[in-house]
Amino acid sequence: MEYKNYLNKTIQDVKPSGIRRFFDIVAEMDDVISLSIGEPDFKTPWHIRKAGIDSLEGGKTWYSPNRGFDKLRREISGFASRKYDLQYDPDTEVLVTVGGSEALDVAIRCMVNPGDEVLIHQPSFVCYEPLTLMSGAVPVIINTKEENSFRLTPQELEASITDKTKLLILSYPNNPTGAVMRKADLEALSEVIIRHDLLVISDEIYSELTYNGSHVSIASLEGMRERTVVINGFSKAFAMTGWRLGYALGPSEILAMMTKLHQYGIMSSPTVSQYAAIEALRNGDKDIEKMRSEYEMRRRFVVGSFNSMGLTCFEPNGAFYAFPCIKSTGLSSEEFCTRLLNSKKVAIVPGNAFGECGEGFVRVSYSYSLKHLNEAVSRIKEFLEEL
Amino acid sequence: MDKLLRLLSENSAYTTSELSMLLGEDEASVKKRIKDYEKQGIIRGYQAAINWEVVQDSGVTAYIELKVTPQRQTGFDEIAERIMNFEEVSSLHLMAGTYDLGVTVKGDTIQDVSSFVARKLSTLDGILSTATHFILKRYKDDGVILSDSAKDERCMQF
Repeated sequence: MEYKNYLNKTIQDVKPSGIRRFFDIVAEMDDVISLSIGEPDFKTPWHIRKAGIDSLEGGKTWYSPNRGFDKLRREISGFASRKYDLQYDPDTEVLVTVGGSEALDVAIRCMVNPGDEVLIHQPSFVCYEPLTLMSGAVPVIINTKEENSFRLTPQELEASITDKTKLLILSYPNNPTGAVMRKADLEALSEVIIRHDLLVISDEIYSELTYNGSHVSIASLEGMRERTVVINGFSKAFAMTGWRLGYALGPSEILAMMTKLHQYGIMSSPTVSQYAAIEALRNGDKDIEKMRSEYEMRRRFVVGSFNSMGLTCFEPNGAFYAFPCIKSTGLSSEEFCTRLLNSKKVAIVPGNAFGECGEGFVRVSYSYSLKHLNEAVSRIKEFLEEL
Repeated sequence: MDKLLRLLSENSAYTTSELSMLLGEDEASVKKRIKDYEKQGIIRGYQAAINWEVVQDSGVTAYIELKVTPQRQTGFDEIAERIMNFEEVSSLHLMAGTYDLGVTVKGDTIQDVSSFVARKLSTLDGILSTATHFILKRYKDDGVILSDSAKDERCMQF
């Protein structure tokens, strides 16, 4: 069968992920010290796991309502209100999804028509561009710069807007750079967004991992709520990646469309995960705090170590990544990472995997124990001395 | 608990420059605080966490439960002081529960430990009874897991 004549052309045209190739090489090597993984090294706190176990023991193994359990939606609404001053009606403005990823996919597909332009700032999470392409819209890339601490500036945004621009996907705290947008940065941005009447998807999955200040959601700013869908979830804040549970918050008109898509495509999110998530939101604040303070210490260690090695690293104030610049070595990001892997068996991710403008940088995850980070840092030091 | 103490208890080999990065505190102040802790006797020493399991001829360890008669004036302190001065004793604790003192004893052979208990320990005035337990295998010591650390099972996603 000549499959390429049968299969969907748009999906065929989407390039496979750039990091995948590098990960495949890493996976084949033994004894690699990896700083390449993008998920918490902590296990889900026991009381949250226990809530999941209890629900299974109690035989609660049926579908949930399409939007997610009522109790969970109420907890989510409460959490968004007390943490980020966001007010969403649990009945019509909250949708529980299979991870933040599903929320992202569903939100994009509900917001665009074929040919609409979607603004994506890079370096950023690798899913935005392919999801946009697969929805039939046109991704327009905005390159953020190290000199602006990888924040999206109003000037950069303005310069990329055309009369076809429909949507901006905003992603702070940012993977891979660790950049955050403070309230004043968001206010300046929102002025442009409102003037051009754009929609926004704000992916705030790392919101609870914000350092030296607390997270501000763009949806909490004046004039932004009606045009914004906020995406968040349990993976990063509660170390619950494998439970696959996230959510979207937004105006009921948009959420109604998203719920339709979710209902026909997914039906409902995993029941066991929803029970665990209720416990997480009710009694998990101290877990978040404990993990954040641990990440905070590792963050200072990793950033300090890279800076003292001469690989300058702007201060990342969010997520669990540092994004040091490796231009001073004269190597490309891929060369740097490949040679480091081969000679010292340390895996980190080339910055260009997150967009072309990530060239010259590498992503270092500090979601590892201090012992592990210490060993990796000393190997990288040796590598640089031998260059 | 002070984070500095926690970090040093996990890894006493941290340099002051590393500690300064970890704590977000300048190096001079970290140095001073360590000196102060040493002066106050809060930090008593810096030891390596050794996995004796894999060291040849590393000897045997026993944990001994002691029941003793407390003295009228000094309680358990007097006898505890006598016991802790034996070089065979590596740790000594006063316990709540069914016995009074918990003693960890190290020796080259089982015979060494047995003769220590029989000749030196149980003959002390005030000792009512001893129960000796030999350690067969160590899994975790002072917070350090001694088996090979568990594999990182996380998959590489985006």
